[in-house]
Amino acid sequence: MTTDVEAPPPAKKEEDERRDSFVGLFLHNLWSANTVTVTVLSILLALIIGAVLIVVSDPDVLSTFSYFTARPSDALTASWDLISAAYADLFRGAIFDPSAFQAWINGTGTWRAAFTPISETLTYAAPLVFTGLSVAIAFRGGLFNIGGQGQAVIGCITSAVAGFAFGLPAGLNLLVALLCGALGGALWGFLPGLLKARTGAHEVITTIMLNYTATLFLSWLILQDGVQDPNRSDAISRTIDASAQLPALPAPLRVHLGIVFAVLVTAGVAWLINRSSFGFELRAVGVNPPAAKTAGMSVAKTYTLLMVIAGALAGLGGATQVLGTADKLTTQVAGNIGFDGLLVALLGRNRPWGTLFAAILYGALRAGGNLMQADVGISLELVTVLQALIVIFIAAPALVKAIFQLRAARAARLGASMAKGW
Amino acid sequence: MSTATVEDLTEVSAPDRFWNRGRRLGAGLVIIGLIATLVFGSLADAKTARFTLSEDAEGAALSIGGQFGAILFGVVTVLAGGVLLAGIVRRRQTALLALGIVTFVFSFLCWQVAGKFLPLVDTAGGSLELALPLILGALAGVLGERSGVVNVAIEGQFLMGAFGAALVGTMATSVWAGLVSAMVGGVLIAAMLAVLAIRFLVDQVVVGIVLNLFALGVTGFLYERLMQPDALKFNQPPHLPRWRIPGLADIPVVGPVLFDTNMLVWLALILVFVVHFGLTRTRWGLRTRAVGEHPTAADTVGVRVRGLRYLNVLLGGVIAGAGGAYFTLVSTNSFNKNMTAGAGFIALAALIFGRWTPFGALGAALFFGFAQKLANYLSAVGSPVPNQFLNMLPYLATIIAVAGLVGRVRAPAADGVPYVKS
Amino acid sequence: MANDHIDITVEPGEVHALLGENGAGKSTLMNQLYGLLQPDEGEIVLDGVAKTFRSPRDAIAAGIGMVHQHFMLVPVFSVAENITLGAEEVRGGPLGILDRRRIRRDVVETSKKYGLPVDPDALVEDLPVGAQQRVEIVKALTRDVDLLILDEPTAVLTPQETDELLAVMRSLAESGKSIVFITHKLKEVKAIADRITVIRRGRTVGTAAPDTSEDELAALMVGRDVSLEVSKGPAEPGREVLKIRGLVVDDDRGVRAVDGVDLVVRAGEVLGIAGVQGNGQTELVEAVVGLRAIRAGTLEIDDQDLRGQGTKRILRSGVGYIPEDRSVDGVVRDFSVAENLVLDMYDRPPFGNSFKLNPKAIADSARDRVSQFDIRTSSPESAVSTLSGGNQQKVVVAREMSRPLRLMIASQPTRGVDVGSIEFIHNQIIHERDNGTAVLVVSSELDEVVALADRLAVMYRGRILATVSPDLPREEIGLLMAGVTGTEEPPATEEGTT
Repeated sequence: MTTDVEAPPPAKKEEDERRDSFVGLFLHNLWSANTVTVTVLSILLALIIGAVLIVVSDPDVLSTFSYFTARPSDALTASWDLISAAYADLFRGAIFDPSAFQAWINGTGTWRAAFTPISETLTYAAPLVFTGLSVAIAFRGGLFNIGGQGQAVIGCITSAVAGFAFGLPAGLNLLVALLCGALGGALWGFLPGLLKARTGAHEVITTIMLNYTATLFLSWLILQDGVQDPNRSDAISRTIDASAQLPALPAPLRVHLGIVFAVLVTAGVAWLINRSSFGFELRAVGVNPPAAKTAGMSVAKTYTLLMVIAGALAGLGGATQVLGTADKLTTQVAGNIGFDGLLVALLGRNRPWGTLFAAILYGALRAGGNLMQADVGISLELVTVLQALIVIFIAAPALVKAIFQLRAARAARLGASMAKGW
Repeated sequence: MSTATVEDLTEVSAPDRFWNRGRRLGAGLVIIGLIATLVFGSLADAKTARFTLSEDAEGAALSIGGQFGAILFGVVTVLAGGVLLAGIVRRRQTALLALGIVTFVFSFLCWQVAGKFLPLVDTAGGSLELALPLILGALAGVLGERSGVVNVAIEGQFLMGAFGAALVGTMATSVWAGLVSAMVGGVLIAAMLAVLAIRFLVDQVVVGIVLNLFALGVTGFLYERLMQPDALKFNQPPHLPRWRIPGLADIPVVGPVLFDTNMLVWLALILVFVVHFGLTRTRWGLRTRAVGEHPTAADTVGVRVRGLRYLNVLLGGVIAGAGGAYFTLVSTNSFNKNMTAGAGFIALAALIFGRWTPFGALGAALFFGFAQKLANYLSAVGSPVPNQFLNMLPYLATIIAVAGLVGRVRAPAADGVPYVKS
Repeated sequence: MANDHIDITVEPGEVHALLGENGAGKSTLMNQLYGLLQPDEGEIVLDGVAKTFRSPRDAIAAGIGMVHQHFMLVPVFSVAENITLGAEEVRGGPLGILDRRRIRRDVVETSKKYGLPVDPDALVEDLPVGAQQRVEIVKALTRDVDLLILDEPTAVLTPQETDELLAVMRSLAESGKSIVFITHKLKEVKAIADRITVIRRGRTVGTAAPDTSEDELAALMVGRDVSLEVSKGPAEPGREVLKIRGLVVDDDRGVRAVDGVDLVVRAGEVLGIAGVQGNGQTELVEAVVGLRAIRAGTLEIDDQDLRGQGTKRILRSGVGYIPEDRSVDGVVRDFSVAENLVLDMYDRPPFGNSFKLNPKAIADSARDRVSQFDIRTSSPESAVSTLSGGNQQKVVVAREMSRPLRLMIASQPTRGVDVGSIEFIHNQIIHERDNGTAVLVVSSELDEVVALADRLAVMYRGRILATVSPDLPREEIGLLMAGVTGTEEPPATEEGTT
C-alpha cells in the first residue's frame, strides 16, 4: 500500500468533524436509551396516560366527545383545558405559584404564602428519602426490603412514645426520639434479616407479612392506656412534647428540619455504600454471594446487618413523619411512605442521591396533587397512578425504547433484572 | 457401578441430629400445650361452653365445661407434643402436628366460649365465606408460580375485580355481567404482569408491588370520579344469589354451610379439585410444572415456555378477578377505596403456607378464614383478647412456615426467574 | 462468530465425531441443528431435503435427538415423567389426561430394546450421574430419532462408564441410527468414530479417519505442536504444611462425599489430585478452606487445627484458593478489576481497615498487579465482566498469589481458559511451588494434573485410592480413576438403579 502525503486541508476537515461530532455525539446519545432519557420519557408517558384518565373520567368533557365528529374543536378544547388546568395545578402546588410570588413582590402577600408549594414538597419528600434509602441500600446488597412500611410504622410508634413518655430537656428529647425511631425500625428489619441469615426465609415474604403485623399492632397500641390520648375516645395517641418535635419554619409553612436531616443521611449512606468496608461487603454480596463467601466474607452477617441498617433508615422515615408533621399517632400516621419509598428507590436507580431527587419528585407530585384536588376536583389518587406508571416504565426501559424508537444505549446497564424468585 | 474393592457409598447419609424437625415441632407443641393448659385453663370460667348447631342459643348443642375443656384439650396438645419429642414416630409427624394445633384451638375456644355460645354453622359458614377470596387468590398464585412467575399482584387483581364487578354490575344491573367484568379486571392486571415479567424481564416482585399500587390508584381515582358523585348509577351492584340444594342442605352443620350458599363458593371448591387434577394428571399440568422447575429442559423437548407462562398467568388473572368479585357482589354491595385491605397478601400467604399446591392453599385459606371469623366473633362478644392479634395470625403463620420451622417450604425451582434463551 | 462457514456431512449408521477444544464452536453448531439457535447463513439438509429448525420441536419432528452436556432433566420429576415430557401419551381428547400406563410401557420397551436399563418411577434427583445420562438417551430414543447428537457425554463418566456408553453408541449405529459425538477427548474418538471432523475456532480444519495418530489429531485441534509439558525443575519438598487425617465431609444432599481421606502436602511440592469430577474433590477442597462443614477427621496447617475456623481466618493465615468455578465463586462480575483484586483483603492495610477503604492504595496495587500478571484489560477500573475467561482467571490468580502463602489450592485452574493464559497460569503455579509454598492442584484434566504434579493422588468415591508418581502409565492412572486398585477382577457392569 503506497503512502501518499496528504496536504494540510485534511487537518482542518478533521477539526470540523471533531466539533460536529461532539454535538452530533451528544444528540446521538441523547436519543438513546440511557438512564436520563428513559427517566424523562417515562415521566412524559405517565403524564400522557394520566391525561387520558383525567379526560375519560370527567363526564362533562366526555359529553363533548359524543359529538366529536361534528365539532371536534369542542372536545379538544375541553380536554386541553382540563388537562392543562390539572397539570398546572400540579406545578403550582409543588414548585411555585406565580400569582403568590407576584403578591409577595407587590407586598400584598407574605413570603410564606409564596414559598408554601416548595415547603409542601419538601415536607412530603422528607420521610420518603429515608424509606427510599432503606430500600435502595438493601437492594444494593441483594435484598428486597419490601418491609419499609412496617419498619416505618414501628419507627413512628417508638419515636412517638419516646416523644411523649420521657420528658427529657429540649434538644435531647428530640435526639432520643429520633434514635428510638431508628431503633424501632432496626428491630423490625432485624427480624427478617435474622430469618434470612439463619433459615434462608425469603425476605420479601417475611417483610410483607411484618408490614401488616406492624399496622395491626399500631391500631391496637393506640387504644391502650398510656398511649391513647386521655381526652379522646377514638384512635389517637397523646401528643408529642414540643421539645421532641422537629423544628419547623413558621406556619403555614410545614417544612421542618427533617429534610435537612434527610440530605445529611443521604450523604452518609452514599459514603457507607461506596467508601466503607461494610459497603464493599454489601456490594459484593449483592452481586455475587458465592464469590463473596469464597473470599471470606460472611454472607449471613452481611444480610443481617444490612437489614438492621435498612430497618433503621425506614424507622427514621417514620420518626420524621411523626416528629415533624403529624406530632401524634393515628392508625394512618405512616400513610404510604413505605410503599412510596420502594417506588422512590426504583426511580432513583437504587443510588443514594438519585433516591433523594426521586423522593423530592414524588413529594412534589403529592403536594401538587393536593392543589389539583382542591382546585379542579381531580382525585389525589391520580398521583398514585402517575407514581406507579413512572416506575413501571423505568423498570421496563425496553418498553420505553420501543415506544420512542430509541437507539440502544452505550453502557447498557438499564435497570431491572435482579431477577430473583422465592 | 460396583467394583470388588470399594463399597457402595451412596446410601450412607449424615447421622440424625437430636433436634431434628420432629423433635422441634414436638417441643413447640409441648410449650403451647402447657400455655393452653395452664393459662387458658386458669383463666377460663367453669361455666359451660356451648357450641350450638344453629343460631338459637338454646338449641341443640355440644357443650363442655369451659375450664374443663380448656385443660383437657391443653393436655392433649402436650401429649401430642410429647410423642413427637420422644421421637417415636417417623411417619405421622404432620398428622400429629395438625392434631396438636387443633386441640390447642379447641382449648382456646373453650376458654373464650365459656358462659357464652358459639354458633357452629354460622362460624363454619362464615369462615368458608371469608376464605373464599383467599382460595381463589391462592389458586391464581398456584397457576402462575408453578409455571415460574411470581405473583405478588393478587391484591391488585382483587381490587380491579371488585371494582369491575361493582361498576359493570350496576350499569348492566346484572350480577353475571359483574362477575365477568371482575374476571376481565383481573386479567388486565395479569396481562400487565405477564408482559412486563415475561417479555421485558422486569423483576417480578417489583412488578407485582407496583401493579398493586397502580390498581389502588386507578380504582381509587375512578371511584372518586364516578362512584362517589353518583352511586346509584355506578356503585350499586346486585348481590350474588344464594342457591340451595334441597336434600343435601339438610345435613346438620355441613349441609347449610356447603349447600346453601352462593355459587362463588362452589366455583372456588370445584376449582381446587380441577387445578389439582390438572396439575397432576394432564399434559398441561406436567408441562406447567416442568416450566416452573427447569424451563430449559422443557424448552429442549419442545415445550413452549413463554407461551405456557403467559397462559397460566392470564388464567390466574381470571380466577383472582373472580375472587375480587366476592368483595362487591357477596360481602358488601358497593365498592370502596382500598376495600380489599391486604386480602391479596393473605392469599399470597395461603399460597406459600399451603406449599404451592391447590389443596394446601385450600387448607391454609380455610385456616386463615377461620382466624378472621374468630376475631370477628370475639370482638362481637366482647372478649378481652384483642382482635388485632388474631388478625395477625395469617401473617405470623406464614413467617413461621417460610422460616422452615414446620419443614422446608420450597417454591418451584425456577419461580421468579425469567426464561431467556441462551 | 462461533461458526464460520462450517460444512459437515453425516451418513446413516455412522458414528461421526466432532472434535475440538473447549470453545471451538462444536456445541453452537449442534444447537443450531437442534433448533436452539438460528443460523445466520447456510443450510441444513436432511435426507436430501433442506430444513429450517426454528425450535427443538422442529428438530424432534425431523427425527433429531440431542443429549446435552448439562442434563436437561427436571430433578423432581420421575424418570417416566422426564421421558414423556413434550411427547406425552394422552387420552381423553382435548383434556390431555396423561396415559400413565402407556407412558410406562413405552419407557420399559425402549429401555429393553436398546439395552439401557432405567427405572421409570425413580426420581431423577436420586439417580447417579451415569443413570441420569441413560435416562437422557432413552428420552431421545423414544422419539423415533434417526440422528442422535451427544454433547460431551463422557465429561462426567468414569472410564468404565465411558466404555459402556461407547458400546451403546456402536450398537445404535449398527441399528441404522446416525450418531454425532461431540468431544475433546482424543482416545474416545479413536475408539469409536467412523469419521472425525475437527473444528477449531469455529471452522472445520479437517476430516480424518480414526486411524489417524493422536499427535496429528491434536495438532489439527490446537493448530500447532501441542506442548503438554510444563517446564519445571525438580521439587524440593520441605516440612509438612497441610495434614489431613480421616476427613469426612458430606455433600449438599447429606450424602457422604469425602469418606476418610488422608493427605499430606509439603512445602515446595505440588500434590495433584486426579479423578473424574464428582468423586469428592470439590467437597474436599471446600472443607479445607472452611466453606463446608467437617463431619470427622483432622485438618491441620503447620500443626494448627483448622476445623471450624471461618474461611476468612483460614485464608488470612496464608492459604490461597483458586475456586473451580470462577464466575460463581471467583470474581464479582460488576466489580472492577481493582476491586476484585482486593476481594479478600479490602479491610486490611494498606487497602483499608474494618471501617473504611483506601481507594488510592487499591488503585496503585491494581496497576502493579495488572502488569505483573499480564492481565489484558483496558483499565484496572473496568468491570471484570469485560475480561475474557483467561484474564478473569488471571485476576483470581493475581489476587491469591500476591500475598504470602503457606498453602495454595488450585481447583480446575485452567478450565475455560485460552491456551496462552493456560501456560502463564501453570508457570505461576510452579513459581509458587519454587517459593516454598505447598501447592494442591485438583483437576479433572488428566494432562494438566500429570504435568503439574510432583506427586499424584487419585480420588475415587470419596477416598484416595493411591498416591503415585505422575510418570505412571496413563492406563494405570485411568484404572485407578475408575476405582480399580489392580488387585481384583475386572469390575462387573453397572446395574440399572442404585
